[in-house]
Amino acid sequence: MNFLGKLDWNAIPLHEPIIMGATGFMVLVVLVVLGFVTVKGAWPYLWREWLTSVDHKRIGAMYCILALVMMLRGFSDAIMIRSQQALAAGGAQGYLPPEHFNQIFSAHGTIMILFMAMPFVVGLMNFAVPLQLGVRDVAFPTLNSVSFWLTASGALLVNISLAVGEFSKATWWGYPPLSEMQYSPGVGVDYYLWSLQISGIGTLLAGINFVTTILKLRAPGMSYMRMPVFCWTALAANLLIVAAFPVLTATLAMLALDRYLGFHFFSLEGQGNQMLYSNLFWVWGHPEVYILILPAFGVFSEVMATFSGKPLFGYRSMVAATMTICVLSFLVWLHHFFTMGASANVNGFFGVMSMIIALPTGAKVFNWLFTMYGGRVRFSVPVLWSIGFIVTFVIGGMTGVLMAVPPADFQLHNSVFLVAHFHNVAIGGVVFGVMAGYNYWFPKAFGFKLDERWGRASFWCWFVGFYVAFMPLYVLGLMGMTRRMQHYDNLSWQPWLIAAAFGTAIILVGVVCQIVQLVVSIRHREELRDVTGDPWNARTLEWATASPPPAWNFAFQPKVAGLDAFWSSKSHAQATREEPAPPRNYEPVEMPKNSATGFVTAFFAVVIGFALIWHIWWLAGVGMFGAFVTLLAFSFRRHNEIEVPAEEIARFVRAHQAGVAA
Amino acid sequence: MNIAVAIDQIPQEALPSASEAGPAPKRIVVAFGFWIFLLSDIVMFAALFASYAVLVRSTAGGPTGAQLFNQTTVAIETACLLFSSYTCGLMSLAVNSRRYLRTYLGALITFALGAIFLGLEIREFLSMIAIGAAPQRSAFLSAFFTLVGCHGLHVALGLIWLTVMMVQVAVFGFAARVQHRLLCFSLFWHALDIVWVGVLTVVYLMGVSS
Repeated sequence: MNFLGKLDWNAIPLHEPIIMGATGFMVLVVLVVLGFVTVKGAWPYLWREWLTSVDHKRIGAMYCILALVMMLRGFSDAIMIRSQQALAAGGAQGYLPPEHFNQIFSAHGTIMILFMAMPFVVGLMNFAVPLQLGVRDVAFPTLNSVSFWLTASGALLVNISLAVGEFSKATWWGYPPLSEMQYSPGVGVDYYLWSLQISGIGTLLAGINFVTTILKLRAPGMSYMRMPVFCWTALAANLLIVAAFPVLTATLAMLALDRYLGFHFFSLEGQGNQMLYSNLFWVWGHPEVYILILPAFGVFSEVMATFSGKPLFGYRSMVAATMTICVLSFLVWLHHFFTMGASANVNGFFGVMSMIIALPTGAKVFNWLFTMYGGRVRFSVPVLWSIGFIVTFVIGGMTGVLMAVPPADFQLHNSVFLVAHFHNVAIGGVVFGVMAGYNYWFPKAFGFKLDERWGRASFWCWFVGFYVAFMPLYVLGLMGMTRRMQHYDNLSWQPWLIAAAFGTAIILVGVVCQIVQLVVSIRHREELRDVTGDPWNARTLEWATASPPPAWNFAFQPKVAGLDAFWSSKSHAQATREEPAPPRNYEPVEMPKNSATGFVTAFFAVVIGFALIWHIWWLAGVGMFGAFVTLLAFSFRRHNEIEVPAEEIARFVRAHQAGVAA
Repeated sequence: MNIAVAIDQIPQEALPSASEAGPAPKRIVVAFGFWIFLLSDIVMFAALFASYAVLVRSTAGGPTGAQLFNQTTVAIETACLLFSSYTCGLMSLAVNSRRYLRTYLGALITFALGAIFLGLEIREFLSMIAIGAAPQRSAFLSAFFTLVGCHGLHVALGLIWLTVMMVQVAVFGFAARVQHRLLCFSLFWHALDIVWVGVLTVVYLMGVSS
């Protein structure tokens, strides 16, 4: 019995120059950031205003920052996959050995789905939903902070796997028996298991929080059919989180029991059942793709209505379509493995259900088109992403319907045609959606707009790069190329793969443009400043307050009399040419107090995860005890609220009004 | 067109329906949120039940449920757990009427019954392991120990929670947040009963009948 379990110096892959280079770069960036914060003396500020913040806007921003950082990590993996496949044809072996290549595609999928797309979507919901509902915070602010920090813990574990040990080689679904101890004796699958488990619990708690917020905390007058569509899509996504993530938790726990205690859920011995894992995984996994895409649909709806200067076309059908997709998403999981060998009737049922999802989605596409029709569309960056989405997503949706036909799927299963399809909807849908949302809400979050020129450049590079990178994969899939090949002998594939790698390079330029856009915008923030709080002439409540909004969001509780509440109040004010509002009696506001609970719990979660991965049992015990004591300490805290004095609120409103007038 | 408007000053009629009433009070929000958590917990159990149902015949030549389950123990376990929900309900009534002694007494009996349940379950597990029916024996036993053990883990966490809550009653009295937490606890405890009824039916009754 070793004091440090399986951990020793061999865990650090010193003999792998590529991994060590990446590790060195990662450590360097972390040190530079930490050094910068220390030199600036920003630790107290950072601790007080961000790390212990329970403000939904701050937490939302931190989710988005985490997502952007992890996007760089996942995108580096993508560049390596595409360049390896462009090189390793025939006699050439490329530059990545198989065991490294397998880690890369597993990490790419895991990171992009769970640590890029998920945090980005949850971050946008965190930021926008309470503001759109016209309330001061989410239902459980401290729990919200715990959720975020648990997600960050999972991301941290994935990054630690780069430097200490290895990541899973068993793909982002971790199918057994490959992921069982017998075939994956290393710590890679354990990193995968515990990073997903920890971040998954964070996501589940976030889902509970948002369902409660949307159903129980809305401004007076905001009935369900007056909620902005983004809130509806957030409700649907969070209902899916609550109903789907527990299945992931259970499934990963079963795989962990197999690996750690020799159980036989999915193993070859003891009559375990491997297809049980596939079914359970996709019972979570298919709703998961709708958890990602539905909020993106919500963003497009807000963007289209705002920038067309018109109410959203077909609001009711949009709501109906969203909730229909929400329900149907639980009835299609088997289309991920039609080749399992279920009967024709079973495959037929799941095939038809999968195709039916195209109907509500198609209704949404027409609603967006009709929203633009007859409007004065301003082609700002969020609109570009939205239009790019409509074109791209329709193509991806059609190849999806094609694959929903079981006989066709038998041909296309596990080919790069599938890879092309899900990138077509994941990039064209989710990534374009979060980018639209990022450009749309950035001025609300930070008080200045993002630079338009670099934003456009970024969009066009992503848009063109996507087509160059993924259309060849459709062709390759039809030519019979399977996914995840470290090397191949068929030389006729190579030109297409070189084209795909070239497309990835174009996307890289797009990513660089995004970084430049952010830097340029921060440097020119005075010219880009939004003093009004309503830079886009928008329609929903989040634009009714200052940018960035104060901690308390609204000085007075907004009241809502219809859809597009802010728009109607603006029209009303214009029509009646009201005098400026008379001075009003501000009242003190109770706000949740900052709490280190989330940060400290997440610290212990990392300790637990790391200890379990390396079989350091005593340390896992210490971590669990620490987490328990942290939560206990929080539960014994006497005051969870602080009162913001009326004077402070009045001062803020006066300053804001003075800014608007000037 | 940028106009700063006071959004709360729109003229409007009286607010008619419940969905337009504005933010719900804290007690409702807390209980509702906890309900959603319980639903998610039950979904997790559903995944375990489904796995158990798939694997129940995968005994790999090892013992079956009919050979292992002791109906007397299970009957006592069930009685303890269901009766503890009744005493938990009495405790909730005492909390509502702010009576300390009855609260402590209700909690004590609830705790004792839960502990007896847990003790019997652990004894059952240990006796099965002793005769070689450990979770490593077959997929069926893996699924059995995980499903039943997960419920037992919930009961154990419930006992810790109940203990902490009694300390909080002693320290804070019946403060609003202590009451909210006790409300959540009683929801939790009753939900465990519902799950147990499922376990009793699917695992034990169906196990010995087939």
